[in-house]
Amino acid sequence: MVKISFRTDRCKGCGLCVTACPKKLLAMDSEKINAQGHHPATITDASACVGCASCALICPDCVITIIKE
Amino acid sequence: MAVVFERPHALTDVPMHYCPGCGHGIIHRLVAEAIDSLGIEGKTIGVASVGCSVFSYNYFNTDMVQAAHGRAPAVATGVKRANPENVVFTYQGDGDLAAIGTAETVHAAARGENITIIFVNNAIYGMTGGQMAPTSLPGQITQTSPYGRDVNTVGYPVKVSEMLSQLDGAAYIERVAINNTKNIRAAAKAIKKAFTYQTEGKGFTLIEVVSTCPTNWGLTPEKAMGWLEENMLPYYPLGVYKDKYADKN
Repeated sequence: MVKISFRTDRCKGCGLCVTACPKKLLAMDSEKINAQGHHPATITDASACVGCASCALICPDCVITIIKE
Repeated sequence: MAVVFERPHALTDVPMHYCPGCGHGIIHRLVAEAIDSLGIEGKTIGVASVGCSVFSYNYFNTDMVQAAHGRAPAVATGVKRANPENVVFTYQGDGDLAAIGTAETVHAAARGENITIIFVNNAIYGMTGGQMAPTSLPGQITQTSPYGRDVNTVGYPVKVSEMLSQLDGAAYIERVAINNTKNIRAAAKAIKKAFTYQTEGKGFTLIEVVSTCPTNWGLTPEKAMGWLEENMLPYYPLGVYKDKYADKN
């Protein structure tokens, strides 16, 4: 099982992770605003994540951590 | 339980000041990952440049020196010669390395100093507000070239990797980019190889990383990655420009 977690307080809302996800699972959370004033990245369907880490690889701010259990 | 991806230890756990989507964050991480994987964090000394990347001294979990504008390779030369057992790298932008620091860079390469230079090329001056850089593309619109870079009056961009690869002192020169995950993986490999060469005493290594400046290009981070691919990569082709030890690996 893949566990993906976001350090949302560090997210600058650039959206690069959304473009990198091959399964189009990521989105910017328009319901939330973090301390920096950005809509942080979130995953729409965590169960479909394959843990390829493309999002984490392109994230400039090390927001995403991926663990395979 | 296996960690697929987490923040590298060689990056300090502080928020970076870079704009959203800036390539510096990715490149900092790649350098830190290389330091982690070679287990050299305790003996690495970095030299920060002038420009946005000056604050890299806050972000790398290694000893750092701040050099005067463009002089990072000269400072790194001194650090390395005084401490030959340490791993010494500079982290410089194009405004720093390819403009005011050209002399220091060329001569450090010509002398074959055993240092590693991480050269970030985003074709613009970032921190000072988007002026034309030596690496700005022909026709590129910047704050100081509002009608596009006119090569008849200000000349052509400096191709640093091509230029330095002609010097006998240079051991390994490669140009990489960070516009997609494939290129990011290739960039990580190149940066690790450069550090490995230095630990083996093989001489001067420089990795040119073609990067973005969404803020000063006036594009979203996503569109900036596309602009990089469409405009920068044709002018700055990726690849290994010099590898003295390619046959011996």
